[in-house]
Amino acid sequence: MTKRLGRSTVAFGNPPCIRANACVAGKKEGEGPLGNSFDIVNNDTSFGEKSWEKAESRMQELVLAKALSKAALSPPDVDMIFAGDLLNQCIGSAFALKDAEIPYFGLYGACSTMAEGLILASAAVDGGFANRAAAMTSSHFCSAERQYRMPLEYGSQRTPTAQWTVTGAGCAIVTAEDLGGAYVTHACVGQIVDAGVKDAANMGAAMAPAAYRTITDILDQSGSAPEDFDLIVTGDLGFFGGELLREMFELDGVELLNHTDCGEMIFDRESQDVHAGGSGCGCSASVFCGEILNSMRAGRLARVLFAGTGALMSPVSTNQGSSIPCIAHAVIVSSTR
Amino acid sequence: MNMTNKEYSKFVTDRQPHSPVVKDTLFAFLFGGGICLLGKGLTELYMLAGAAETVAKTCSTISLIFLSGLSTALGFYDKIAKVAGAGIVVPITGFANSVVSPAMEFRSEGLVLGLGAKMFIVAGPVIVFGLISSVLYGIIYWIAGVI
Repeated sequence: MTKRLGRSTVAFGNPPCIRANACVAGKKEGEGPLGNSFDIVNNDTSFGEKSWEKAESRMQELVLAKALSKAALSPPDVDMIFAGDLLNQCIGSAFALKDAEIPYFGLYGACSTMAEGLILASAAVDGGFANRAAAMTSSHFCSAERQYRMPLEYGSQRTPTAQWTVTGAGCAIVTAEDLGGAYVTHACVGQIVDAGVKDAANMGAAMAPAAYRTITDILDQSGSAPEDFDLIVTGDLGFFGGELLREMFELDGVELLNHTDCGEMIFDRESQDVHAGGSGCGCSASVFCGEILNSMRAGRLARVLFAGTGALMSPVSTNQGSSIPCIAHAVIVSSTR
Repeated sequence: MNMTNKEYSKFVTDRQPHSPVVKDTLFAFLFGGGICLLGKGLTELYMLAGAAETVAKTCSTISLIFLSGLSTALGFYDKIAKVAGAGIVVPITGFANSVVSPAMEFRSEGLVLGLGAKMFIVAGPVIVFGLISSVLYGIIYWIAGVI
């Protein structure tokens, strides 16, 4: 039986198995350090579509199809899908799934969407509401740039703390069946933390306190210590936010030696000119549903704490001078049940 | 860790990487100066071709706007701007880029409501406040004349 371990953490009674994971990425991501971990890399980033929004939906169609084929399933075998993206009204997900005929929940958790979807899919499976449930998300540099910042060809200089929205998508299918590989054992539902940061070009600093809060909560409530994990991975604080998080734990006398961030992993800091690293739903989704889960399946990682972090602002709230409310959702994924 | 928002703000500011101000300023100076030099060169060429000085200056400005629009359309203006910064943004070239780039960006939303309506999302405020300040300047100029 699922147990509530505390205010925000649960331990799943029958930890759902991640039956398949797949990821898709754009050209720049394909040229990065994780290039080989993506199932599909599109070299012109338009994914054969006429608009960037359609390209983003196409990525989700591709990643879902890939995850289904890896799981040897077809759409009717999936009882529920939890999907979201960065675009207004989540059109990336809705348009990708309009012909899929899969019961659908649309999510908005910004860059935390992969973790949020995974928690909900796992809860649906462990609660018996679905035999198989999927979590999926995407982001596209070009569609995010025009919505949150400036037109693509507008000439400007980025600040050193600005992060680069990843063009990518990830999908994980969880199931009640015991098929090995990776299991979602615990989940921690994040609370919104607003540390007063107003600079939308410094999202790592805005989100780091939310990540700190959720990681502290899940460690405390599940009775774990950082050393119990082969990897603690956040997504996507980037280089600056990642450093801040590690320093915050240091102030508590805790060294997060095994911590890294999806935004630090996906790009090469020096050669790819991405300033503070990657961001966007597709960053943590394509890293978690690629490199990390693949490493677990290959036996290189046994226990991973994955905390997706999201900055919940909009261009409107930024223009109105509001600070950025942030969230982090965490799951513990283990290679044993 | 128990920090107030004010303490956290200091924690972040103390660690925040800064933009390379000296390098940025130097490049802005060089590129900005280069664009002015190009403008001057074009004016001289138009005058050599027989244009009067005022006409030559106007033609030079139009040429710079055209070159800026063209390089935006061909996709390399933003790459130059990444290095040149204010050097290419402040002259008339920046204004042209700020009109052409949204026009390209929002073309996918249609000719009227996309390109037409959103073409001035960046340059709009410059036009609005430019007009207001020119009116204010006119009034001051007129008052000064009456006195």
